[in-house]
Amino acid sequence: MKQYQPAEEVDFLIVGAGAAGGVMAKELATAGFSVVVLEQGPYLREKDFEHDEIKYTMLSAMTNNLARQPHSYRKSEGETAKVPSQKMIQYGRQVGGGSVHFTANYWRLWESDFKQKSRWGSVAGASLADWPITYADLEPYYTKTEEELGVSGLAGANPFEAWRSKPYPLPPLPVKSSGVLFERATRKLGLHPFPAPMAILSQPYRGRGACLHCGFCEGFGCEMRAKSSTLATVIPLAERTGRCEIRPDSYTRKIEVGPNGRATGAIYFDAHRREVFQRAKAVVVCANGSETPRLLLMSKSNRFPQGLANSNGLVGKYLMVDAGYEAHGVFEHPLNEFKSIQATRVIHDFYEPDPKRGFYGGGGIDARFEYYPISFALTGLPPAAPRWGRVWKTMVARNFTRTMTLEAHATCLAREQNHISLDPNIKDAWGLPALRVTFDFHPDDVSNMEFLLERQMEILEAAGAQQAWPDRSDDALLPHNHLLGTCRMGDDPKTSVVDRYHRTHDVPNLFLVDGSSLVTACCQPTCTIQTMAYRAADHLAEQARKAAI
Amino acid sequence: MSSHQISRRQWLAVSPLSAAVLAAQQHAHQAMRAAAPVPFTVLSPNEAIELGPIVNQIIPTDDTPGAREAGIIYFIDRALATFDSDKRELYTKGLEETRRKGAELFPSQSIADLRPEQQIQLLQAIENTGFFEQVRTHTIMGFFGNPSYGGNRNLVGWKLIGFEDRFQFEPPFGYYDGDSNR
Repeated sequence: MKQYQPAEEVDFLIVGAGAAGGVMAKELATAGFSVVVLEQGPYLREKDFEHDEIKYTMLSAMTNNLARQPHSYRKSEGETAKVPSQKMIQYGRQVGGGSVHFTANYWRLWESDFKQKSRWGSVAGASLADWPITYADLEPYYTKTEEELGVSGLAGANPFEAWRSKPYPLPPLPVKSSGVLFERATRKLGLHPFPAPMAILSQPYRGRGACLHCGFCEGFGCEMRAKSSTLATVIPLAERTGRCEIRPDSYTRKIEVGPNGRATGAIYFDAHRREVFQRAKAVVVCANGSETPRLLLMSKSNRFPQGLANSNGLVGKYLMVDAGYEAHGVFEHPLNEFKSIQATRVIHDFYEPDPKRGFYGGGGIDARFEYYPISFALTGLPPAAPRWGRVWKTMVARNFTRTMTLEAHATCLAREQNHISLDPNIKDAWGLPALRVTFDFHPDDVSNMEFLLERQMEILEAAGAQQAWPDRSDDALLPHNHLLGTCRMGDDPKTSVVDRYHRTHDVPNLFLVDGSSLVTACCQPTCTIQTMAYRAADHLAEQARKAAI
Repeated sequence: MSSHQISRRQWLAVSPLSAAVLAAQQHAHQAMRAAAPVPFTVLSPNEAIELGPIVNQIIPTDDTPGAREAGIIYFIDRALATFDSDKRELYTKGLEETRRKGAELFPSQSIADLRPEQQIQLLQAIENTGFFEQVRTHTIMGFFGNPSYGGNRNLVGWKLIGFEDRFQFEPPFGYYDGDSNR
């Protein structure tokens, strides 16, 4: 692999080797530019991945670790944020980022997602806005993303999906028992189930083998390279150009700016906690919707006393997260949902917000299994079941293979008071201010989750569940994954942080490309984040060739 | 210096997490290979004897193996010696509390001497404590987790629920996706 000296001024310095950073690295290196990628986590390979629930789920081997990098949470501004007893905010922390451990649900947005403000109007207590770009702007890149990374699905099977210029490159993965039951039930209810689009290979593709259905997708790395993470797909291509260096265990603490107001590179801690300054002509931050604003807020200088690219104070604002309750059902015969990918069937019938419901919001519902053996035994039984002892043991033994989950993936409204900031009191193991999360769902989000939960329960009943129950845990109303919207994209520098090509309004050679750019949030963001990265890279390469950065 | 002499936060700060996992697994591996009974690293013999009835009532042995056969006490000892070393005080204090509760309910009997129905009664009296929650979590982790951590011996936990850890499965995966049932 190519190695650069920190003093060498590379064309692009990318912070974060995840879902978006991996794509940017490959595209820019392939276009002929010199690229260094700083990744705070380690460089794990497929041989390092194990089927070990304790290691990955409970000890955070592939995600942020609360002990070393604490985050604090509060519901609203008036409260003092506290470090939760268990990790709340989660993101991938290794080469490949969240694309390594994600479930690999891979949904495109709808055309209407980009125009929610125009279609709906304002929502009191929220900051609903149109995107500066449209589905048509992204469509060629959606197609490119699906083809380059390898996505399995069935074009046209979802009657509501937006137009597409090409079908999925791979057919859907085999249906599971949960999918069969879901399909039967939703058809009975007049709904429109379709095969889940997944960034997992159903057939061999571009030198990688097909999924062997081991069942360890969500929360785990794929040792077969069948999951289309950036680790398995574009990062090797980036390295093969001989122009891209992936630098793991490199934790960026500040983006430096020169006297002319342009970014000059970034300071990071290396594996031995030495500070290193890497010089670059342009900086692209792809550190996810929580770490990207944190890094900007930590990059204070005389010129940018509120943090970088934050002259309007909007860096970190409008945090949106994954929304949706779960409902569970137990069936007469074994489903054996522990085998194969998590989800095989989805509906989008309730995706579009509908004024008749009396609130803003919508979402998809999929049939899946959310558990591994330990998490099932800890939390998988119906609410009234005992929690230990003989009866508990009998129920766990019977239900593990007979349980399935319906999960809603719903809209989350952007609100200015929901934000990422620096905790004034708590530091991480490197002495940097901890991530502080201030978040409370909009009442419409909660009404929408409740509406979808009723639909989930109807489907479980129609599917013939022997027992079904809604899971309205308090935990579902806290922020966890899919950290989005915190450096909003827009044409107006007063109301957004980056422009339509991800360039910050304040610093001409600083770009933010990740979930932080999203203007609205529905459902499954990774497909759109990576698609935006392909589009941003295209534009960036063109601008760099014209010396217009 | 053995791993349990430094605090969890200390070594998390200096070493990659995999070192913790590795330590737990090596510890378990050595213990399983040793012919003679392995002494506990963290738990005192008395604590281990008192903890026995608690974990054995959380996952009792009936017509299938329970916590006893899965080696849960050993799993807990290793967890407290490695990745959960910051939970030792919770155990020490929790056992003290349980002892006190036991003496209240069943004067002049030690926890280890209680009859099974008395043990259940005692657990019901403490089941809303943080200590019980932790023991329950550890017992379940040990019973259903990867056997490389010293629990789930002979895969008794996975066999109980019908889970198989394999690299490959083929459809049909369950009853409803079988051809005749679709």
